[in-house]
Order: sequence, then structure tokens, then C-alpha cells
Amino acid sequence: MSEDTPPDVTPEPAATRPAGKVKPPLSRSKRQELRRKLLRTLLLTGGIVGAGLSGFLPLVYARKSRLRPPGALDEKNFLASCIKCGQCVQVCPVDAIRLADLIDGVGVGAPYIDARSQACDFSCDAVQCILACPTGSLTYNKPAFLEVRPGAQLAAKPILLAKENDPEPTLNLTERMGVARLTRPEVCLAIKGRGIKGPARGHTFRGKMRYVRIDRWKPVPIAGVRYDVEECDLCVRECPIKGAISIETVYAPDGSLRKSPVVHEPCVGCGVCEMICPTEPGSIEIVPREVWRA
Amino acid sequence: MSAILRKRFLEQILVMFGREPKKPEAISEPAQQIHLVKRTSNKEKLQAAAAHAEAHMNTSHKWRNRRWAVLVLVNLFFVFSFYFDIQILEGALTASRFIGFHLIDLNAALQVMLAHRNIITNLLIGTGTVLVLWILFGGRSFCSWVCPYHLLAEWAEKIHLWLVREKLVTDAPVDRRLRTVFWLVFALLAVATGYTVYEAISPTGIVSRALIYGPGVAMLWVLALLAFEVFFVRRAWCRYACPIGLTYGVVGILSPVRIKYTLEGCFHEGNCRKVCLVPHVLDTVIKGRAVHTEVPIGPDCTRCGLCVDVCPTGSLTYDVKGLSKLL
Repeated sequence: MSEDTPPDVTPEPAATRPAGKVKPPLSRSKRQELRRKLLRTLLLTGGIVGAGLSGFLPLVYARKSRLRPPGALDEKNFLASCIKCGQCVQVCPVDAIRLADLIDGVGVGAPYIDARSQACDFSCDAVQCILACPTGSLTYNKPAFLEVRPGAQLAAKPILLAKENDPEPTLNLTERMGVARLTRPEVCLAIKGRGIKGPARGHTFRGKMRYVRIDRWKPVPIAGVRYDVEECDLCVRECPIKGAISIETVYAPDGSLRKSPVVHEPCVGCGVCEMICPTEPGSIEIVPREVWRA
Repeated sequence: MSAILRKRFLEQILVMFGREPKKPEAISEPAQQIHLVKRTSNKEKLQAAAAHAEAHMNTSHKWRNRRWAVLVLVNLFFVFSFYFDIQILEGALTASRFIGFHLIDLNAALQVMLAHRNIITNLLIGTGTVLVLWILFGGRSFCSWVCPYHLLAEWAEKIHLWLVREKLVTDAPVDRRLRTVFWLVFALLAVATGYTVYEAISPTGIVSRALIYGPGVAMLWVLALLAFEVFFVRRAWCRYACPIGLTYGVVGILSPVRIKYTLEGCFHEGNCRKVCLVPHVLDTVIKGRAVHTEVPIGPDCTRCGLCVDVCPTGSLTYDVKGLSKLL
């Protein structure tokens, strides 16, 4: 199109420059301003994309596995689906669930459990965090397209000792969060044959737990509960799941017989044993997302 | 006393004794000027000009105060729901439950859907509810009436503008197409990596969670953003980066709630454009640009009402499409 053809007289939007039209040259200062604006735009782009990529830090921290709340999908799917709203945090009666911080990358705002300081003891009776989750990050039953890792599936629905005599004694949980493991047998009081007097974790420990023998419905501070046990069996005594752990007589590496806590298949990985263990550091720990190996 | 006034003083004494007052022979220079102005203009015009000048002086903060109150209340509602365990509005801005009803932020939902590719019923219900809610309330009104980062950024903007006035910093605009690019980048990253990458840096989510669950290291990123806005680019995040804003902007296309511009009466002074977060939506107020006597403002408008507060002629007003005709 050239300038003298009549249809061109109708005003056109400034953005569509007709090929024939000569653009008036930009002034030096205008050119400079445009160049600066472009530079700033590129700078901001780089800055924010860079910050966004920092979100991938968990891939770097991948080995630092965290215990997720009950019913959590496998880690990658969990991080993909968690909307970071904290509704699971809000319903937990013992405040076991915390939200991750910036250094956890994509996990910013994603929930985890630090079992040593506050384990999930199922004092809600019904895994309410799963019920609260709006996106299915925590779920009673995995959708069909997600595979269940061998050994992650519980052989049977776990029986919650606190409601063992109820018509429905089980927890609606199909997969385990992890598995308890005696990681420091050398300090374990049960193995040493020693007892425990006084509160399990000292007077200043801030963790809470529901003790059916004290209050069926309300969790109480662990610091306020005194023990007087000849031979320590706290991990067995306080385990909320039926048949998950017991004290057995086993062969030590040197061939001698000794007593030791032994974890069984029903273990869901809630972390109560890790929290209640009176040794410092704890003798028994949850291995997050660990599966049951027979 | 000047000669002219002394003459009048003596004359007034004669008037007292019975002489009729007469036209003055001499009038002072300043008085003559005012007489001239009065001869050449009419009373209505003068009164209108005075009223207009007064309207400029009376800075109203009606809508700003209402908006801040709503923003603070909504966020406090979240905080108190958890703090006092009253269970009315549980969760954070990314997803929550209002008396049991699921509410899910549209951009967060989109990120999860793209990353996880599995949409459960609760997610769908919450997203649908919020979609309808913000169609009713005006799309980006989410930004100015609810987003806690918006309020922090508004205060940072005040500091920035003060620094600009003191010539300590200069305003440095950035290309607005950047926001669309970011929206696409974060959507693609979610699809490609299977992580909700944007949620890791979203200041809306970070501030909301900091209020409800206590602040963490992530607040440093928010502070860095605010510092950047104070010293370098005015309202950088909301204007040029935030994909949440664009998502709600798209919802705003369908919304009947908007700001309406009335051409008649507008003096085209441009005060509205100076206070606006998104001045490109107010291009219609530039002299000669309005395509009709009444023009609704576009979907990128956050319906914050700062322009309504600052307009001395009442040319910018809140409007609900269809409703104004009924009333």
C-alpha cells in the first residue's frame, strides 16, 4: 500500500505500520530510553525466572527425605499436587504437621512431620488431614493411574489401639508413611536392659500425645507424664497401632541372646516411637517412605 | 491609605449628609484587573472553577479505606479461624474452606492441574466456586481487595513515589508483555517438570501463609521484591510479573463489576492515571480518546477505586453492568 491510495486515508491503529510509510527517526534520548527499558525488562525476566528456578532446590535436597503426613502420594506426585494451603496443619490435634520453608524449594509451604519433636499419634482417630486435603495430595485411596510401590501397601487396615473395642477399630489408611527402624541399637535402653524413671523426654519437651489411660479424647504434654519402668519398652508401650512393634529376644551380632524392640508389618511409620524414645539421640527412627521388606 | 481610598473616605462623609453616590473617577490597578475578569466571564463559570479547585483540595479516601478494611478483614478471618480454632475460613489464600465449602485460588489450581494432571472433585468444586465468585465481584478485584501482597506493595509504592519526588530514585518502567511471558513460562514449567514451580515464589501464597502459620525464610524473597519496587521499578511484581493477576484479569473479562468513565465533565487532567496501578486501562480518559460518552474500563483494572477517589469531577464511578439500569 502506498500513501496516495484513497483507502489508506482511513486512520489505522498505530501498531500496524504500513510497509510504505517511513517511520520518523527516533531522537537520541528516546532511543536511549527504549534501550534502557529493554535492559530493565531483560533484567527483571532473568531475576524472576532465576528465583523461580530456585524452586527446583528440592531436587538438590532430594536425599533429605521428609516424613509426609498420612496418606501422602509418592514424593513427586505429592509436590505436584500439594496446593500449600495448610488445611492439614489446621485440623491436626497435636500440631504434628508443619509447613516447609524457602530452603526446601518447591516444597515452600508443603507439609511435613518432624516425628522426633512431634509425631502423628492418630489422636484425631480418623486421619483428618486426609479429609481436609482439597487436592488429593493426601488421599485414602490412590487414583488408579498412580502405582503403589511394593511393600508400601499395608497388609490390612491398621487397628488403632485407642479404639480397639469400638465397632470400627481401624484407621482408613492403605499405605504406610514409612517404617520404624532401630537405627542406634548401641544406645537403646531395652537392649541394655535399663529402665526409665521420670518423663520420657525431660521436663522441657514440648511434644503432646493422647494417652487413653489419662484422657481418651485429649492429647496431653508428654513432659507431664512420669514413667517408672524397670526395663524400657516405651516404644512398644506407646505405639498407637496394634501389632506394629514388640520386645523380642533376639540374637545379637556376637551370637548372645538379648532383648530388643522389633518392628512388624503393621507399622505405618507414624513416628510415636521416635518421639517417645528417651535416649538422646533417639534409638529408633522412622525412615520416611520406606517400604516393608519381609 | 492610598489616594484613591482617601478620596472615597471623604466622599462617603458627603453621602452621609445627603449626596447621592456616583461612579468613581479613578480605580486602582489590581481592582481594575478583577473587574475585567468579571466583565469577561459569567458567574456560573467562576463558581464551577472554584468548586473544581475545591474538589481537587478535598482528597477523599473513601474507597481506599473501604478496600483496605475488606483486605485486612479477609486476611484476619483466615488468621483468626486458625488461631482461635473457630473453623470459619480454614486454609490459606491458595486453598481454603469457608464453613466447609471449598475455595481454591484459580492460579494455584491451574498450577496443580498442569503439574499433577489429576483433578479430584474437591479441587474442581473449589475452583468453580472461586471462578463464579470472582466473575461476580470483578476479576482482578481479587488483587486489590484480597491479596495481602498488594497492600504491602501499595505501602512500598508510597515510599517509592516519595523517593521519586525527592529525586533520590527515578521511575523505571518495564515492558508489560513480560507478565504474559511469565504466565506462559510458569504454566509450561508446571507441565514440563511436574512441580508447581510458581507456588514456590508466589508472594501472595508466601505472605498469606506467613500471616496464618508464622513467617519463615521465604519472607526474605517478599522483602527483596518490595525493596526492588521501592528503589527501582514502581509496583514491579503486580504490574509486570504476577501470573495470578493475569489469571484473574481474564476472569474479569466476564465480570459485570467495573469502573465506568463518563466523558462529559472530565477535564482530562490525568490525576487518575497517576494513582492507577494499571494506567494503560485508563487511556480512554486522555483528551480525544473516549470512543463513546460512557466507556467501561477494561478487564486488567483491579477495581481498586483509587481513580474514583481522586477524580474531582465524578467522571469515574463504580458500575455494575445491567444493575445500574435497574436502579
